[in-house]
Amino acid sequence: MALNLDDIKRIAHLARIEVSDNEAQETLNKLSGILGLIEQMQAVDTTGIEPMSHSQDVTQRLREDVVTATNQRELFQSIAPATQDGLYLVPKVIE
Amino acid sequence: MINSSLKQLGQQLASKQVSSVELTQAYLQRMAQLNPSINAYVTIDEAKTLAQAKAADARIAAGDFGPLTGIPLAQKDIFCAKGWRTTCSSKMLETFISPYDAHVISQFDAAGAVNLGKTNMDEFAMGSSNETSYFGGVKNPWDVDRVPGGSSGGSAAAVAARLCAAATGTDTGGSIRQPASLCGFTGLKPTYGLVSRYGMIAFASSLDQAGPMAKSAEDCALMMNVMAGFDERDSTSVNREKEDYTRGLDKMTGEQPLKGLRIGLPKEYFADGLNADVAKVIETAIAEYKKLGAEIVEVSLPNNNLSIPVYYVLAPAEASSNLSRYDGVRYGHRAAEYNDLMEMYMKSRAEGFGAEVKRRILIGTYVLSAGYYDAYYLKAQKIRRLIAQDFVEAFKHCDVIMGPAAPSPAFKAGEKTSDPVAMYLEDLYTIAVNLAGLPGMSIPAGFATSSEGKALPVGLQIIGNYFDEARMLDIGHAYQQVTDWHTRMPEGI
Repeated sequence: MALNLDDIKRIAHLARIEVSDNEAQETLNKLSGILGLIEQMQAVDTTGIEPMSHSQDVTQRLREDVVTATNQRELFQSIAPATQDGLYLVPKVIE
Repeated sequence: MINSSLKQLGQQLASKQVSSVELTQAYLQRMAQLNPSINAYVTIDEAKTLAQAKAADARIAAGDFGPLTGIPLAQKDIFCAKGWRTTCSSKMLETFISPYDAHVISQFDAAGAVNLGKTNMDEFAMGSSNETSYFGGVKNPWDVDRVPGGSSGGSAAAVAARLCAAATGTDTGGSIRQPASLCGFTGLKPTYGLVSRYGMIAFASSLDQAGPMAKSAEDCALMMNVMAGFDERDSTSVNREKEDYTRGLDKMTGEQPLKGLRIGLPKEYFADGLNADVAKVIETAIAEYKKLGAEIVEVSLPNNNLSIPVYYVLAPAEASSNLSRYDGVRYGHRAAEYNDLMEMYMKSRAEGFGAEVKRRILIGTYVLSAGYYDAYYLKAQKIRRLIAQDFVEAFKHCDVIMGPAAPSPAFKAGEKTSDPVAMYLEDLYTIAVNLAGLPGMSIPAGFATSSEGKALPVGLQIIGNYFDEARMLDIGHAYQQVTDWHTRMPEGI
């Protein structure tokens, strides 16, 4: 699958990374090279093979639904870009 | 003192020949002198470090100490350490002061080890040369024109230049073993799940694993005793009994301590792509293992060549998900100017991430996007199983697998930066181990000579079966009893 500049713009939008028109061509070249490498996979017959998502066959542990950590809002918000009244500030999203 | 083993340092501290403060100051002085040129550390905080050394001395005076109490260590800047700037060598986290400790950090704190500082790395651990760091590259102490490897390049240079007694690293596709090979020391990537990932900044969660980087197998065993162990805060932490990784080391004496050990040599590791000097060093090391009593068997890992394409689907896919947390809202870089929330995200991430990190996020986003998931992500997961099964088959015929850790000695800075695919091939012998979740280590096995006549270290990789770290460390230790590669230091250091 060859990528084009529109694909780059679409993927960058999905990833929420701004890519300028100047950067797009260079990004296209580099990603095309990487996809060329990845393409080797298509020659392998994987009929009947179970996908492996993890190296160990383990199931998710469960724990009691109890409070284990204390609230440290002030500490955590001390490194935030913008806060007010204990809340994180972002641009207005609802009119 | 700087070339002493952890055991020797521990004995000197316990017998009060030296205090932790004195030892720590000696390292801090070396760091002040050498770090400006080597760039191994990105954050040094002498006051914090010396406070830990004083506390360690108090513990020793009170008789409440262990093997690592008072020993100065370097921590890869991927581990969150409370009150320390923790950046993952990214502009995104340039001003991030961690509000909590990673499990690995709290384990070393509880053991009384001293944190000398946070080491440079490829940005978010994405790289094989340390050149993607926002804080600049790291010099290989053996030849300052060359890279130390990556992604744990700062820890690697710190161990090689004796700017710490030992260090921590993480290995997602070779990031402990490849720099260990390029910088000439011992590095172990444990079985996936053995060391908690809690507080270790995530790159590819199904592959990331922390491990020790130190001068010898014995030092790595002492580090493992502190690092390994169950932690309920990591959902993939393995709940098994604590082991003493030093338990077998003393038995590695006599004529043939490894009698009966079957070493598998995968023919694919000695095929095209392996540098001739590296091949020679590995052959000589294998001959040494024969003298120690080991038998050699040929094994095959037929899908090894597919490990790189599979990795460059799975790791970026996991990274694109993990790194979506950097949105400029709760912490990390936020752009100065934006008109709405979408623009804030887009600009903050465009400014905060470097080129290689962006490329991997974009690849990951693409392979997970609608219409491509089956062809890329699912396909890669199926081949991952084939790669893991190759090892299951190989271990029917041998106890450990040996081969090179990296295809060539350290390369020159800038040599591979313009071609990501050339850089990715650096991990040809390491990535499959991560995909299978197996333990792997690299031990110094000799030197190649550069075109300028400089000695460049070469590492021998030892791959073990699941949870077989203690035996691998014994095997490394046996070799280090009869060779002295692990004691060699770069000239002028």
